[in-house]
Amino acid sequence: MSILLDAESKVIVQGITGREGGFHAERMREMGTRLVGGVSPGKGGGTAVGVPVFDTVAEAVIATGATATGIFVPPPFAPDAIMEAADAGIELIVCITEGIAIQDMIRVKDYLKGFPDARLLGPNCPGLLTPGAGKIGIIPAQIATPGSVGLVSRSGTLTYEAMAVLSRAGRGQSTVVGIGGDPVLGLSFSDVVGLFESDPQTTHLVLIGEIGGSDEERAAELLAGSRLKTVAFISGRTAPEGKRMGHAGAIVSGNKGTAKSKVEAFERVGVPVAETTDQIVELLG
Amino acid sequence: MKLLEYQAKEVLASFGIAIPPGKVAKTPAEAAAAAREIGPVAVKAQVPVGGRGKAGGIKLARTPEEAEQAAAQIIGMDIKGFKVPLVYCEGALDIAQEIYLGFTVDRDTRANILMLSARGGMDIEAVAEEAPESIAKLYPNPWRGPLAFELRRLVFEAGLGTLAGPLTKVIKQLYRAIPEQDAITAEINPLVVTGAGEVVAGDAKLETDENAAFRHQDLEARYSEVLEGDPYEVEAKKRALTYVSLDGEIGVIGNGAGLCMGTLDLVQRAGSRAANFCDIGGGAKAETVQNALQVILMNPRVKGVLINVFGGITRADEVARGVVEARRNLGMKLPLVVRLSGTNEDEGKRILRENGIEPGDNGWEAAQKIVAMTRS
Repeated sequence: MSILLDAESKVIVQGITGREGGFHAERMREMGTRLVGGVSPGKGGGTAVGVPVFDTVAEAVIATGATATGIFVPPPFAPDAIMEAADAGIELIVCITEGIAIQDMIRVKDYLKGFPDARLLGPNCPGLLTPGAGKIGIIPAQIATPGSVGLVSRSGTLTYEAMAVLSRAGRGQSTVVGIGGDPVLGLSFSDVVGLFESDPQTTHLVLIGEIGGSDEERAAELLAGSRLKTVAFISGRTAPEGKRMGHAGAIVSGNKGTAKSKVEAFERVGVPVAETTDQIVELLG
Repeated sequence: MKLLEYQAKEVLASFGIAIPPGKVAKTPAEAAAAAREIGPVAVKAQVPVGGRGKAGGIKLARTPEEAEQAAAQIIGMDIKGFKVPLVYCEGALDIAQEIYLGFTVDRDTRANILMLSARGGMDIEAVAEEAPESIAKLYPNPWRGPLAFELRRLVFEAGLGTLAGPLTKVIKQLYRAIPEQDAITAEINPLVVTGAGEVVAGDAKLETDENAAFRHQDLEARYSEVLEGDPYEVEAKKRALTYVSLDGEIGVIGNGAGLCMGTLDLVQRAGSRAANFCDIGGGAKAETVQNALQVILMNPRVKGVLINVFGGITRADEVARGVVEARRNLGMKLPLVVRLSGTNEDEGKRILRENGIEPGDNGWEAAQKIVAMTRS
């Protein structure tokens, strides 16, 4: 078992004829992902990375039965690509694109309310990987090993760092999920924690958060009394306070969002917080 | 992009919001001229950061002479790391009531939040904490914006029903900054009700989304050159680097924001402080590393540099060669510790060692090494 993505998931790549999309689609297929097609408007009928290319996501879904997509299209077009995937019935939408305008994402999030079965991961995220089954996105497969540790993170490279530390210590992963670093995101820490909680294969959880927002605090509340043995890591403990202009941000977030608030939230529910990535393994027990 | 007050007011005025008469002054003489034209003025430092009033960046001037004096004191002053480039001389308002009006992106609900309170002014954050119910909130639908009845409800909830007409109009005008300028935060605090019953923006803050700059090149072209902050940040921006100046002595380069922030934490844990945050992104190309090193070495406080690169697909030997070359090209003498991981990691470390650069096994060990080297 795993969460979100398994060996049965049929995956397409939107933007497959682009440089990034093509490169990573190839890596995805190499590690065993069931890549069934790609989408690139105007290039339908051709092939790329050994799979058929379609003009629209709807066509790709009808022809291949795809259930998941990886989006590698430039920021001005990515919001539309996400909505197109949801409209076509895709259930797992992974948006790798970095640099999407915030107001565009706010509109996308509102649009997705009409598609309760569609889950969006990202944007500006490394995607997800289930060792031995497949991946959508850019997480390097060679540092992953199959196992029972769930890993969820807001940062790309820190995710890889944690995976490498875990793999070196012989602690394989069930699924690795990068939720992304943007202010307006799809799946939150809480959403992913909930999924791991109901995955029998996952016995341990590593959560890598960072300053800003209060997703970590809410996930911590959810972890009170969880069956998962969890370790958290918060980056940005020493980052200076941003140079703020107005009060609006503070009115909304209050004292939440600081490293201190996040560390305390985890410690309050008995989740130890590692100070270095190497400590994660020790604390996992 | 964070607009200065006078820039934000220009934008608000273009939406039809009333602003007091005002003039930008780059010299004390210009401030005197502005006061001669406008009458008694508030001379206000123009910096893209809050808290200027408490920092002495706002002075009242009744006469042109006083305005000249105030401008002489304020221009060039340092407010939270920003050298004040100019002042805005603005006509004084006859204030009957101060209202708070603003919107921002609420990360938790992934939506815009509009806020209105009858208790505007400097202490709005304290109000938010002590009497959160006195701030009325609305999450407008992002596709169509707020509807008339939603705005009325907001105004009545804030206890400002007697001003329902003019206020709903101002809120609608302010909201235009979202669809038209991709604003992510805007604030009018105070929104002044004058003795004559007019509603005027006493202050204005506006921040637009840099990810949406491709849609707003006019705004960028008009306003971006005035903002001069930290010299290293300015230089880094020219080189398209993600760089933030900090006040420590260890230069830090990392790939990925999370890893880079984590590296700052490790430097502090090892007993020193980082001089900067510098994220060079995924590939860690030789040219980018050299660019980043060059900016970091401009800062005389830097005593040593720590590079922390986690490559998955990135080849560590290539990164190592790039670092060696950059160091040679720049004639860099300061201690340098490089933590590399990824494909061909051992080969990468060998290349570093052969060229007199200390490799680190992991981030924590590398941080301890660079701190020790800068102390010896």
